[in-house]
Amino acid sequence: MEHKDVYAEISSIKNMMERSTKFISLSGLSGVMAGIYALIGAAIGYKLLYGDFDPYVRDYNEWLTWQLLAVACGVLVLSVGTGLLLTVRKARRKRQTIWNPTSRALLVSGSLPLFTGGAFAMILIWQGHYGVIAATCLIFYGLALVAASQHTFGDVKWLGICDIILGLIAAAMPGFGLMFWAMGFGVLHIVYGTIMHFKYDRENIA
Amino acid sequence: MKISLNNFDKAFENRIRLQIMSVLVANESYDFNSLKDLLEVTDGNLASHLKALEKEEYITVNKSFLGRKPNTRYLASDKGISAFKKHLEALENLIKQQKP
Repeated sequence: MEHKDVYAEISSIKNMMERSTKFISLSGLSGVMAGIYALIGAAIGYKLLYGDFDPYVRDYNEWLTWQLLAVACGVLVLSVGTGLLLTVRKARRKRQTIWNPTSRALLVSGSLPLFTGGAFAMILIWQGHYGVIAATCLIFYGLALVAASQHTFGDVKWLGICDIILGLIAAAMPGFGLMFWAMGFGVLHIVYGTIMHFKYDRENIA
Repeated sequence: MKISLNNFDKAFENRIRLQIMSVLVANESYDFNSLKDLLEVTDGNLASHLKALEKEEYITVNKSFLGRKPNTRYLASDKGISAFKKHLEALENLIKQQKP
């Protein structure tokens, strides 16, 4: 066996261990897009909450809740849709399957905190605790990212930790929920997506 | 330069077999089709290498059904894991020896 073969062998072992345990087709660009959608959503939310001077409209609290919920769902659907599309494209380019043990593990470990958080946020809306909803979303989303990160790029963990910290600060400052929501889901996603794009995606296109 | 093959596991001489073992050591278990996608090999090729590892008792096979579809999962056995570790140590020693 040649000396350089030893290195080739070790790198092939490392490569297989990594590729079989981590889902690496997540697209960085989809993070940027999710951030942009979130910022647009936050702007619409701001207009709905503070932009309306008609006192009669402000009284329809329930209607306002539904409108905000619709905006949030719109952001979610657009983000997940774009994310899926770009991830499928990246996987195809790297000749990897999108539905494999690593992507399943990613979804399974991420979905428990995510759905717990979603259900908890709905209960908060139902009970009228509007002040801590943004904080709840950020904290549980951050926990979901940290839980899922062991099955993909380690960088996802840091995004999750930043979201958790931001969520805790938001919980301590109830009046600024929307601002923290925009920072966590908008600005952080854009920063993270840009870093990921330049760190992992660009070399694969070239 | 040729390096002596002492301590080297014959079962891992083949790259595919070594890769299968790497996947099974890093994961609790892996199914046939996912292994095939990951290693980019044909059914027959993968099956024959799995058979060889099974014969060495390095892996165990777990056959079950998912609905009506057969689902064959492979697990690294304790013997396989320790053999894999020895192989890695042998590789490590080679590199150490090479360094002046």
